[in-house]
Amino acid sequence: MEATLQTILFWVFAILGIAGGIGLLFNRNPVYAALSLILNFFSIAGLYLSLQAQFLSIIQVLVYAGAIMVLFLFVIMLLNLEHESGVTTFHTRRALAFVLGLAFVGEMLYVFRGLSAYKLEGSFEYGEVEPIGYQLMTYYLLPFEMISVILLAALIGAIIVARSHKYI
Amino acid sequence: MESLAPNAFSYLAVSIVMFAIGTIGVMTRRNGIVVFMCIELMLNAVNLSLVTFSRMHNDPTGSMLVFFVMCVAAAEAVVGLSIIIALFRNKLDIDINNLNIFKW
Repeated sequence: MEATLQTILFWVFAILGIAGGIGLLFNRNPVYAALSLILNFFSIAGLYLSLQAQFLSIIQVLVYAGAIMVLFLFVIMLLNLEHESGVTTFHTRRALAFVLGLAFVGEMLYVFRGLSAYKLEGSFEYGEVEPIGYQLMTYYLLPFEMISVILLAALIGAIIVARSHKYI
Repeated sequence: MESLAPNAFSYLAVSIVMFAIGTIGVMTRRNGIVVFMCIELMLNAVNLSLVTFSRMHNDPTGSMLVFFVMCVAAAEAVVGLSIIIALFRNKLDIDINNLNIFKW
């Protein structure tokens, strides 16, 4: 039963996630591209759930699909961008990019082909809040504290970079 | 149903395809914000592969790394978007093909 549920979750969210990525790639309107990316982020949260990483799944929805994408949509609406024009004028560059991307996919699939023997059975001990919090407060205490410094630096840096120079 | 059951390779394949979509987007799109969103997509694809490896070995390191990558990605998104706003203020355009003021 558990394996069946994992199978259904995996296929639904894998297809939705890749569809979201393709939507991001081909939508000319930046707002639609951002909405496709939100679909992709929700699907990745579902894939985390099917991997029994519940905490990361919730954090994915809160931080990525919630905070970061709202910021992106806010900036897109603020700048009032028009659609990209003349995307089709770079035929050779686009074709080259697609060839390189497909070559990358083939190469990586070839490299990791041996991992299909791993069935991902049994339970995952580190998916819940308690073991992750324990790890954060013991082994990863210094990086955890450094995150606060990084967030403060990003906050101040963003205000300094984006401020209007009229008043200072 | 048994033959459709996902293994570690299935998750890695999804991650690889998403990463490639992000790479193609960075190489083809010209809108600065969309390029930035493609970079976020690549970060997420790598996060998915890290969680898969963490699950494979039942080891917390991958999950913890994903946690920190998310925090850094949030900070990076804030700074990147403020740079885009500053660019738009100065040039009224965020087409990356027209942004060559640092080019010698």
